[in-house]
Amino acid sequence: MHQEFLMGNEAIAMGAIAAGVNLVAGYPGTPSTEVLETVAKRRPQDTYVEWSINEKTAMEVGAGAAYTGARVMVTMKQVGLNVATDPLMSLEYIGVKGGMVVLVADDPGPISSQTEQDTRHFSRFSKLPCFEPSTVQEAYEMVQDAFEYSEKYRTPVFLRSTTRVSHGYASINVKDEGEYKHNKPEGFIKDTKRWVIFPKLSYQAHINIEARNVELSKDFSSYPKNLLLNVEGSEFPKKGIATGGFNYTYVSEALKSLGDVRLLKVSTPHPFPEELAVKFLTGLDEVICIEELDPVIERELIYIAGKYQLPVKVYGKLTLDVKNSGENTLDSVMGNLTKFLGVKPPENAALTEADMAEMPELPVRPPVLCAGCPHRASFYAVKQAMKGKKTLFAGDIGCYTMGNAMPLDMVDTCLCMGAGLGIAQGVDHIEPDTSCFAFVGDSTFFAAAIPGVINAVYNQADMTLIVLDNSTTAMTGHQPHPGTGQTMMGDVVNKVSIEKILKGIGLEFVETVNPLDYKKSVETVKGAAALPGVKAIIFKSPCIAIVKFDKSLSVDHEKCINCRKCIREIGCPALVIRDDKVVIDDSLCTGCGLCSQICPVGAIGGDHHE
Amino acid sequence: MSKNIVLCGVGGQGTILASKLISGAAMNKGIPVKSAETIGMAQRGGSVFSHLRLGDDVDCPMIASGSADIIIGFEPGETVRMLPYLKKGGQVIVSSRPVMPVTAALAGSNYNGSEMLDYIRNKVEKVIVIDTEKACKELGSAKIVNLLLLGAAVNSGALGLDDEDIRKVIRTKIPERFHELNFKALEYAKKCSH
Ligand code: SF4
Ligand code: SF4
Repeated sequence: MHQEFLMGNEAIAMGAIAAGVNLVAGYPGTPSTEVLETVAKRRPQDTYVEWSINEKTAMEVGAGAAYTGARVMVTMKQVGLNVATDPLMSLEYIGVKGGMVVLVADDPGPISSQTEQDTRHFSRFSKLPCFEPSTVQEAYEMVQDAFEYSEKYRTPVFLRSTTRVSHGYASINVKDEGEYKHNKPEGFIKDTKRWVIFPKLSYQAHINIEARNVELSKDFSSYPKNLLLNVEGSEFPKKGIATGGFNYTYVSEALKSLGDVRLLKVSTPHPFPEELAVKFLTGLDEVICIEELDPVIERELIYIAGKYQLPVKVYGKLTLDVKNSGENTLDSVMGNLTKFLGVKPPENAALTEADMAEMPELPVRPPVLCAGCPHRASFYAVKQAMKGKKTLFAGDIGCYTMGNAMPLDMVDTCLCMGAGLGIAQGVDHIEPDTSCFAFVGDSTFFAAAIPGVINAVYNQADMTLIVLDNSTTAMTGHQPHPGTGQTMMGDVVNKVSIEKILKGIGLEFVETVNPLDYKKSVETVKGAAALPGVKAIIFKSPCIAIVKFDKSLSVDHEKCINCRKCIREIGCPALVIRDDKVVIDDSLCTGCGLCSQICPVGAIGGDHHE
Repeated sequence: MSKNIVLCGVGGQGTILASKLISGAAMNKGIPVKSAETIGMAQRGGSVFSHLRLGDDVDCPMIASGSADIIIGFEPGETVRMLPYLKKGGQVIVSSRPVMPVTAALAGSNYNGSEMLDYIRNKVEKVIVIDTEKACKELGSAKIVNLLLLGAAVNSGALGLDDEDIRKVIRTKIPERFHELNFKALEYAKKCSH
């Protein structure tokens, strides 16, 4: 054992490595991404790791490896799980041979996601067991437990984390390399009765799963990370608190000033540790459930109270005593608990309520495309080319969703990965006089857009596809993908060409343009929009975070007429107003040159990149 | 010892490195550290924070309002946003250089942070304002805002870490060619701490 200062996601990765994981596959998505990245960085030589092109593929790659007896981890964020649902639902019926942990990071808030869906619910729906750590240390240990349970019960299991566990840091105890487990896969053994799903097999499997989950619920009642605390010596003998995951740390922090209260910490939300919960509820009059996203623990406790006829009132989200959406905080939990216990919260803030009321209006900072981001130029070119026309700009998931911000205002819709293509087609079929565009990034193109393009061609839609190719997966922290030609094993491989894919599908108009060449970009868009059928433009220019820039532009105040067109039209964070003049913040400017091409008097200059 | 520290600023300003240096310095002294920070979309020019908690008796990496011993603010407006976390008698270190949000530039606003600094000075007793723009010019690098604020924080005594603790972690965590510049920034910060 030694100590390391690790992020929760890094701890999960190190835990998987310590458990002898043989294969890790996933798709990037905040807040899950660092798990796979850390495995890639710290893996023993014989561990295989890949960014798959999407979560469904990752799940299938994982399933295949688990069939051989390999220990497998598959990583994704909560909405990624939706993409992987199809293989996972069936895989639960087939089962696995090697241990398989499906790491899903949920995002209460949501901070970086489209939905506040709760993987604990998904676990119930899919019947998979679910583990949920509260701290970084626990995440490290729990992933190892999860592998053991997965093998013991021959089922994939969820490890559900949330943003604050995944992205929290702590100094924790980790194993030395000598203590790692080594798992040698037996290999795939042919057996069609086992690996081929048929209705008859599914019926039998369903019977087994239901029986197994009853057994697991009993097993989990003695799982040491499910805790029943303060049964004796509570200062509020008739009251109890039930919690789980990161919220456990909020509760235990609050109890430091409020005193001991009987507490149930649920680390396996499914199957629920029923026997332990009965012990918790017995003798209590009132219970409050502190959890994030859905009232999962709360519903279980209500069910158990009913089943065992326990006279206890359960408070939580369903009774509107705890907020039923968004993230909890130490303050909100302190508020919930003080109200529930009928005590006063401690007060020690520097600002009084009167001070708070006097607070000046704070700057609003929606996230924006970086200064120099090539997406800004692409959006601006399409906007100018289509000025005055009836248009639909269907956006997608990635940095380019931020193209919705003023003044660009170039994202009319955004739903989920790859949806822009379908949406553009749907609008086109009902409104043929609207010029429909779908914007999709390079990584999203590979992950989710190709079937949409084929659909458009086959079903005779009129639309223009704009691929924003910045040679990386920018939003989640710059992961490689099939178009970059690098793998997570460190290999350099042939790049998959977006242009060739589109031509192969049968598109006749496929043009690749540098969006920083403003005139040419506008002309290309005009040309494409005028043609019938499915057309594609690939705007190719790298994300500024993956290339080095050493030049920046400046405004020549002799020439500048202070018309503010540059600021009004493109909203680049490097263009700022100081002492009533437009200046360029040289710490941000990358010299992309977009502003210099739209300034009516040529006042912006310096060395700009060609 | 137990210390609650909030670092805040605008995505891209380097709050994360400062937070890494503090946690590294604390761990070198055997003090357990827990922390939480903004990762994700807000890193693109949004408001970002790090919460850092040093000490034994810590369960949660997040800080409750009214319990921060010190706020290290990389931007005046963002510092005000975090002030509710400050406890009575807590310390504020703040860079005077404003970062204008794109929304403000569009609206033609003249946001320059002075209103924010006035509010902080009014409401908080222990405040150190660092003119990081001037300091960066004098020291010839724009990349030391981190170290300037950190230096002032150490000097205020509110971190419970001393100058040598920080120097030690710089020597191990930052490439050697930057050491001299970083040490200069720490010295410079000492001068403006009063
Ligand atoms: S990270 Fe790259 S793609 Fe994302 S906004 Fe910045 S420049 Fe654009
Ligand atoms: S567009 Fe040109 S002239 Fe107008 S404010 Fe910007 S730099 Fe000055």
